[in-house]
Amino acid sequence: MLYREAGQFKTTYGDDQAIFPIRQDRLGMALILLIAYVALPLFATDYFITSIMIPFLIYALAAIGLNLLTGYCGQVSLGTGGFMAVGAYAAYNFTIRMPELNLIVVFILAGGCAAMVGVVFGIPSLRIKGFYLAVATLAAQFFLDWAFARIKWFTNYTPSGSVAAPPLDIFGFAINTPDRRYFLILAIVTVMALAAKNLVRGRVGRSWMAIRDMDIAAEIIGIRPLRAKLSAFAVSSFYAGVAGALWAFLHLGAWEPLAFDINRSFILLFMVIIGGLGSILGCFLGAAFILMVPLALNQIPTALGIPLSTAMISHAEFMIFGAMIVFFLIVEPHGLARLWALGKEKLRLWPFPH
Amino acid sequence: MRKHWRIATLGALGAAAMMLAGLGEAMAQNEQFLPRLTYRTGPYAPNGVPFANGYADYLNLLNERDGGVNGVRLTFEECETGYDTARGVECYDRLKGKGPTGAAVVDPLSTGITFALTEKAPGDKIPLITMGYGRSESQDGSVFGWNFPLLGTYWAAADIIMNYVAQKEGGYAKLKGKKISLVYHDSPYGKEPIPLLEELAKRHGFTFAALPVTHPGVEQKATWLQIRQNRPDYVLLWGWGVMNSTSIKEAAAVNYPRNKMIGVWWSGAEPDVTPAGDGSKGYLAANLHAVGDQFGVHRDIYKIVYDKGKGAAKKEEVGHVLYNRGLVNAFLATEAMRKGQARFGNKPLTGEQMRWSLENLEVTATRIKEAGFEGLVYPMKLSCQDHMGSARARIQQWDGSKWSFVSDWIEADRKLLDPMVAAAAKKYAAEKKITPRDCSKEM
Repeated sequence: MLYREAGQFKTTYGDDQAIFPIRQDRLGMALILLIAYVALPLFATDYFITSIMIPFLIYALAAIGLNLLTGYCGQVSLGTGGFMAVGAYAAYNFTIRMPELNLIVVFILAGGCAAMVGVVFGIPSLRIKGFYLAVATLAAQFFLDWAFARIKWFTNYTPSGSVAAPPLDIFGFAINTPDRRYFLILAIVTVMALAAKNLVRGRVGRSWMAIRDMDIAAEIIGIRPLRAKLSAFAVSSFYAGVAGALWAFLHLGAWEPLAFDINRSFILLFMVIIGGLGSILGCFLGAAFILMVPLALNQIPTALGIPLSTAMISHAEFMIFGAMIVFFLIVEPHGLARLWALGKEKLRLWPFPH
Repeated sequence: MRKHWRIATLGALGAAAMMLAGLGEAMAQNEQFLPRLTYRTGPYAPNGVPFANGYADYLNLLNERDGGVNGVRLTFEECETGYDTARGVECYDRLKGKGPTGAAVVDPLSTGITFALTEKAPGDKIPLITMGYGRSESQDGSVFGWNFPLLGTYWAAADIIMNYVAQKEGGYAKLKGKKISLVYHDSPYGKEPIPLLEELAKRHGFTFAALPVTHPGVEQKATWLQIRQNRPDYVLLWGWGVMNSTSIKEAAAVNYPRNKMIGVWWSGAEPDVTPAGDGSKGYLAANLHAVGDQFGVHRDIYKIVYDKGKGAAKKEEVGHVLYNRGLVNAFLATEAMRKGQARFGNKPLTGEQMRWSLENLEVTATRIKEAGFEGLVYPMKLSCQDHMGSARARIQQWDGSKWSFVSDWIEADRKLLDPMVAAAAKKYAAEKKITPRDCSKEM
């Protein structure tokens, strides 16, 4: 009853091509943005901002990057953690060696470095597909891990190999409180998510999807696989690189290569699969699921006053979380985004399903 | 209809939980909250568990025997980090605001988490106790105002171990031309001692080789093959968790003499040597304190904590190396609290007060005896400039069933360490644009 577009007429092409063609969706989106930009900073605790929202947004950004590559272009990648590391260490080196650079420029340059590395490791995708490509990108992950652990120049010769972000500011405005860090990340994620949404609706995104669905057919209708695949690797790695720089600078503060190890790549792939391949919304849902459910499971026993040992809580967290992943994949193999889409369909007919 | 019932029950449960929480808050006024970042699961659990148990038992002992510290009860909550940096930061954020004054002191028990928290602690004004670990340059209190690597850093550890080696060989002059290898956990933890060992190699003319082992350290065949080919005179081990026992097993497999292997104080506990069985006989390791349950504090713990069934560990694990380390860590933290309460009054301390307490902490031999730690730890004194206190350890040897000391207390050479610490701290301060405090003006 509430969710019905009857009476909303589209009178221009612009209306027809809008990202959110239905008024209720636009209102919903506005509400979400209002909550994210106004309500959360006003009412949420520091813990919620720093430990849940900040990692959630950064994970979502990295997941968008991976989803562009895997979900939209069909190229399976296990190297996202490595590309994030490139972004993090590039940002570190830019700020250390060129301290006068603006932080936003640093993040863009970091993304650019990651994009270049991504293109290099994307070249094998022109020859190999599927699982074999996954293994090739795994090589990227291990190589990059190795490079940042061994090549001392990247870490500015720190003895322990762990580096720390310098004090951050944008136009003289210090980014030093949780709220300020949150706003910066939120702004970057909003802009980049919007860009990604538009990218996949346009010519570039369509060429990626054509490659994903059948590369030979795509070639026949005039899409160049070289350009489509490598552009997907470049854009995807750019997103991962920016996410890595944010993760290092604004979430951890100090990091070592282990912060971007193979587990990070796996977690991001799980987020994309559980959230929904080929969906920007799915990236946010997947990131929320993978990040927040374990934290919630970990805190529920204490919050309810159930006396369980720390080890028991931790084991229970793993078991219940694993069971939930299996459950969701069985119920809806196309991910949480698909569940949401089905829900919307049902909502349209409610309360008189026919 | 049934659905409504369920919702109602859930609501009632939630409300009850909130009321309980509220009740707890009201009672919590005279309590000092200690966040406990632990790991009782994962590849590092064998070492994380005894440490956490020792810490918990000492806090329980103080609560049960003395009603806390000067009447301020100690409360604590454990949060499982699994040795993962991101999860450790989450735990820190989760617990830092609890209790009437918030977290007054944090022990991360992971070098990676320490690095991340070093960036956050100054903003939150919470001191970090990193007893025997953490950043080596954080000994310099003028730059690292909130880090307290009590009893020794990794540079101190490396120097102590090399001093022992020199002693055994008959002086540093005899080390010329010798080969020393370091098998290390490939993380900031394992890399920390390298600069110091390189410096020593330069000064005394021995060849130094660093052999990394990737996390979590169960695959070391290649490393030990290299050792078999090179036959270094001594192998230093800088491992943690399952890596330690794997190293000792591999050493036995390539028949490298175990009495030429010396572990850092994080590579010399019971869970490290028992899995290798007879293969670990003769293995050496540094230790910051004593082993065993024959000390005064253990008698009290048995009587007051375990006999009431409140012990965290299995009774036979009381007195193990890492259990005792947990005890000592809790002891030093609560001693700092006493120091702070003498100045700020017998009430829960804030992080800032706790920092003052740590910087002015002096643990004398008399106090150590009084608390039942005689023979367990060495007296120490901190200052605004020196956040390490003492840097002494003894070398212990595993005879197949127990550890026994083969050296007296060996002190790290502060004349060697201090300039290196100052240089590294200066570099950090420049990178982070920190103006070092003038410690002569602090009181």
